Amino acid sequence: MSHHLVLRVIAKMLIPPILLFALYVQFHGDFGPGGGFQAGVIFAAGFILYGLVFGLEKLKQVMPPIVVEILVAAGVLLYAAVGVAGMLLGGTFLDYGVLAHDPVHGQHLGILLIEFGVGTTVAAVMITIFYNYAGRGRLEDGEG
Amino acid sequence: MIEPGLYNYWIAMILMMTGFFVVISRGNLVKKIVGLNIFQTSVFILYISFSKVDGATAPILDDRFTSYGNPLPHVLILTAIVVGVATSALGLALVVRIREAYGTIEEDEILEQDSAS
Amino acid sequence: MAVAITIVRLHNLFAVVMLSGIYSLLSAGIFVELDAVDVAFTEASVGAGITTILMLGTLALTTDTERPAARPHWAALLVVVATGALLIYGSLDLPLLGDPNAPANLHVAPRYIQDSGREIGVPNIVTSVLASYRGYDTLGEVTVIFTAGIGVMALLGRSRRRKRKEDES
Repeated sequence: MSHHLVLRVIAKMLIPPILLFALYVQFHGDFGPGGGFQAGVIFAAGFILYGLVFGLEKLKQVMPPIVVEILVAAGVLLYAAVGVAGMLLGGTFLDYGVLAHDPVHGQHLGILLIEFGVGTTVAAVMITIFYNYAGRGRLEDGEG
Repeated sequence: MIEPGLYNYWIAMILMMTGFFVVISRGNLVKKIVGLNIFQTSVFILYISFSKVDGATAPILDDRFTSYGNPLPHVLILTAIVVGVATSALGLALVVRIREAYGTIEEDEILEQDSAS
Repeated sequence: MAVAITIVRLHNLFAVVMLSGIYSLLSAGIFVELDAVDVAFTEASVGAGITTILMLGTLALTTDTERPAARPHWAALLVVVATGALLIYGSLDLPLLGDPNAPANLHVAPRYIQDSGREIGVPNIVTSVLASYRGYDTLGEVTVIFTAGIGVMALLGRSRRRKRKEDES
């Protein structure tokens, strides 16, 4: 029982920095290595760590499967919406230059939004896959 | 006769062949997928080797540097890594279902069951 | 490379999965050496992290040893050696490592490097190419991830619980 205690304490200390690091990587993707994909994976890794140490039921209370499934679609929708918004404001599809008062700022805004959409979808898909894998029992104790 | 500059490519190709060998010679499905991953990663190493420029730095603009590496293969490989994990996830999910349907994940046992029924 | 050969020969699948995680981490190190920091980051987190978790999950739901091969695989070895020899023969024409005048570095890349600062103003050129110059490809990539998530949901998702309910009723 004692080594379970060590795991739980260390996990509780590690998970907030992991999530914070994921957010840092997401929004700092413009200035250093990083961006949507890496941030989404690290974010999901924080949640998966919580699920591995504290049990699947507790993870489902923190992040219900329905919420995750909605997030999977929401990220892609955000990306496409930014593209369509560019079209509605007079440019071509996925043209960020028209999104703000000045083309360079428009590019910044567009890149920020789509990287956020990418990060959301990647994190949500990873957590969904984890839910599906962990939710099935072993073949021996179910039916064949 | 042997150019020292080509070593990177050869090592990547040997890794590729190792992964390829795992895929076609081992019957266990999970090992095949691991072999596929080895193959993919070694292809990435090959591509990134193409993009290295001597004396240049990572492609992040900074006032201290003047010469940058080629960013285009980085973008392609980034996409490829993510697509690779998507493929592996689906492949492994299929392996789980096969195990439940056939009771085994060795390729020849599965073929026996298929041809017997 | 020692890692790769060990993966071929081992039968204990748990060890194989761990070694593939180590392989991903080592190749991330290679990427950093080749100045590809974004790629190294992604490969380390995705390859050494997510893929290992997925494989461990699969092992938990299936067996964890491989049945040893009944006969040696000479045909496979021959195919592999032949393909490898062809590849190495092809590589003799390739430009040397790090050559700034290689064709891969000449056509579009200098334009991206020179204009990205002025047109987009984002220091990380890889992000600017990924998100703006080649943004449509990235949309396709997100769709691929989305499809993989849906595929896993369809394969491993609800159907098992429904089957159990049918058995009880």
